Amino acid sequence: MTVHAMLVVSSALFCLGIYGVLTRRNAIAILLSIELILNAASLNFVVLGQAFGQAQGQATALFVIALAACEAAVGLAIILGLYRTTHTVLADQVNLLKG
Amino acid sequence: MVLAQFGTWFFAALVLAGAVLVVTLDNLFRAALSLGAVLVGVAALFIIAGAEFLGFVQILIYVGAILTLVIFAVMLTTRAQGPRAASAPRRWPAAAASLGLFALLASAIQAVASRPVPGHDPVTLAQLGQELVTTLVLPFEVISVVFVASIVGAVAIAASKAPPK
Repeated sequence: MTVHAMLVVSSALFCLGIYGVLTRRNAIAILLSIELILNAASLNFVVLGQAFGQAQGQATALFVIALAACEAAVGLAIILGLYRTTHTVLADQVNLLKG
Repeated sequence: MVLAQFGTWFFAALVLAGAVLVVTLDNLFRAALSLGAVLVGVAALFIIAGAEFLGFVQILIYVGAILTLVIFAVMLTTRAQGPRAASAPRRWPAAAASLGLFALLASAIQAVASRPVPGHDPVTLAQLGQELVTTLVLPFEVISVVFVASIVGAVAIAASKAPPK
């Protein structure tokens, strides 16, 4: 598979993640879709880094994976805290800050 | 070579099919499991592209840690999800927006598809390690501070008592 075909695959993955973020109501499902988006980005970094012989592509993908781990830990902690205070995980029912 | 070609198409199809399931399944637990399939497929694509280390890091961190966390959270909040609570009635505009974005990206890729990619040797793990401790040493250290901050923050948020009702 050529580099261009891989880029098409990763942009399809990215757009599926965007679709998930737009349609999902459950906050955990939104986090899952964000993971798809992050994976599309790191796939791009790795494929292009390998094609051009640059080690920084893989290094950036490594940073993306590390930050995704932080994001998942903090995001899920926030969702659990939200569930404890408001008893919902639906993102459109959380209106604590609404005046 | 033929096997690698076949493997690439197979895992690309696995990634895309899994991603469709992640964004469409109503059952969140199953959506999280299909996210696992996507992550394994992406790891396999990394390995086929010659980035073996990154493929194993992906499996260790994503499938081993993040997916476990997600499934844990799904199980803890499962009572809050009613039937059909997962998707909103704005599917068609969202589908149109993401398809339009995909068309835009694909046409941009198509525009450069005729340009040949210069052939390079795949990056070795030694080069990657060299890069991490020379050019990228500052982001590498900052990442560890971010790790500590996020772990302390996650524990502080998840362990705090709920405010009295």
